[in-house]
Amino acid sequence: MSKRKILIVDDELSVRQSLQEWFLEDGFDVETAEDGAVALRKMDAGPYDIILLDLKMPGMDGITVQKRIRDVDKDACIIILTAYASVETAVEALKLGAFDYVTKPVDPDDLSNLVKNALRQRELSEENVRLKEKVSELAQATPIIGESPKMQRVFELIRTVAETDSTVVIRGESGTGKELIARAIHAQSKRRFFPIVAVNAGSIPETLLESELFGHEKGAFTGAQYRRKGKIELAHGGTLFLDEIGDITGKMQIDLLRVLETKRFTRLGGNQEIASDFRLVCATHKNLEQLVQSGDFREDLYYRINVFSIEIPPLRERTQDIQPLARHFIAAYARAMGKPVRSLSPEALQLLEGYRWPGNVRELENAIERAMVIGKGTTIEPEDLPLRAGPGENQVSDRSLADMERVHIERVLEELDGNITQAAKVLGIDRATLYNKLKRYGIRR
Amino acid sequence: MSVAGSIYLAYLNGYLPRWVTVLDRGVADVFPFPVRRLELHLDLHGAFSPDRKQYHATLLLAGLLRHLPEPESKILGVTAVDLFAPVLTFVFGQSQLDGAGAVISTYRLRQEYYGLRDDEGLLIDRAVKEAVHELGHAFGLVHCPDFECVMRASSSIEEVDLKRSTFCPACLTELEASTAWR
Repeated sequence: MSKRKILIVDDELSVRQSLQEWFLEDGFDVETAEDGAVALRKMDAGPYDIILLDLKMPGMDGITVQKRIRDVDKDACIIILTAYASVETAVEALKLGAFDYVTKPVDPDDLSNLVKNALRQRELSEENVRLKEKVSELAQATPIIGESPKMQRVFELIRTVAETDSTVVIRGESGTGKELIARAIHAQSKRRFFPIVAVNAGSIPETLLESELFGHEKGAFTGAQYRRKGKIELAHGGTLFLDEIGDITGKMQIDLLRVLETKRFTRLGGNQEIASDFRLVCATHKNLEQLVQSGDFREDLYYRINVFSIEIPPLRERTQDIQPLARHFIAAYARAMGKPVRSLSPEALQLLEGYRWPGNVRELENAIERAMVIGKGTTIEPEDLPLRAGPGENQVSDRSLADMERVHIERVLEELDGNITQAAKVLGIDRATLYNKLKRYGIRR
Repeated sequence: MSVAGSIYLAYLNGYLPRWVTVLDRGVADVFPFPVRRLELHLDLHGAFSPDRKQYHATLLLAGLLRHLPEPESKILGVTAVDLFAPVLTFVFGQSQLDGAGAVISTYRLRQEYYGLRDDEGLLIDRAVKEAVHELGHAFGLVHCPDFECVMRASSSIEEVDLKRSTFCPACLTELEASTAWR
């Protein structure tokens, strides 16, 4: 183990020398400084495990030095040396975060215990950091598979927004993995050491949703035999993931808006206000703007939640993700089922890539799971898949000309990473015509 | 690190307790060097602090080192006066880490200091431990985490009593590996 480092800051030479001898005999790597300026220069070389700091020094006083040291190393473990006359100043130093203080001259036993305690705290603090890193590694959300430029853009947005505390709306069709994205945002945010609490507003009746979100006191309603904390309370410090926010009723919209504005709420049947510091990440498969226009979604709530928006493209718009996703699910189910299935045949892959996937990634996962159950060998074949090259989405002959045109434009744009000029050239039309078609089909670049 | 010759136990300013031979032998049992006795008179006026009514250990040690008989040797001063270091209320002893000299005081090793009945056997035991401990520093050893090793730091008399007067295997190995030991 490397030697522990200690810095002694005192204007009295005799104090510096005697403490230096004391700590050298204790096996420390000892540095001394006669004033704050020298101490701060020595700290440039790296942090110290313990800093013994005299409060009364000519020039920069100990309190100022302490503040400056904290600027350099916010975790510095500072022990204040003081004369009896300046105990009040020592108390001020403690309020500023000093570990402890000793009055000069100090009993060797007290100094020895103080240094042991300080080192113990330092070790615990270091261990805490190591454990947090470990937890952070373990707390990483389920990996999101996506090699397409559109998904790479989504990952970039996740990284950007995760660091902030902004409310996020995740939009995407059913089955695109909106909750995975919410979990990825949480896992990369500073709130990752606190829980992410998920509520699916679309699957719970309004009366239950209210209790689910806000909790209730005993006797709040028939059947409320015990007090129960709501999801908002449970999300304190962390993230509240509210799925299908476009489905909540007008009353719930008002209640939610109030919580978002005040970060306070009351349990059902209770009168005590409870504070909860949470970040809201919500998701919807609906067009919120249309809901606002039709009066089904409050405009004030819309503006409150729509701070940052992430759109997850449907699977049919990122066919190049189908193969890696399929491989991922095959590996996962092979482990879970103990089956020797390892791959997809080229024909099976072609079938998957030609399908429209209205149920998106969730449907693909179900298709792979089913194929793994049915399949006999080590490779998934077309006949193992619950998709058929007969009547269905993947059969070209069933599609309208407009549908074919839309799909083709989407594919060309995706391959060219949304470049309109090049796409128009490949499609053999001018840019204005392409813009008109994009507008008509509601294609977003 | 210098090559050691002898270890001189220097009894200071007329302090020559009747058990000096036991202390001499205790040191000789641990260190494989000739242990010789000196009786020295140092001018301690400069080391005395009237405010604290104690003697400045570093200044006393500096005075002692002027009497080092041979450059290759070690000298340990033994005194009955109370010692202090400027920032500490007292010290049992002081040493030059990896140096030539050290000093111990029996002032706070006595049971009477703690309001207890005199116990000469315990005093000798403590004095041997402190002498070996400070000489250990002079041979370059630092404090040891082993509770029973003589190089364990002791800032109270209870901690002195807890440890033995001998080195733990790790400290002994380190000591034997040092140039001074060979």
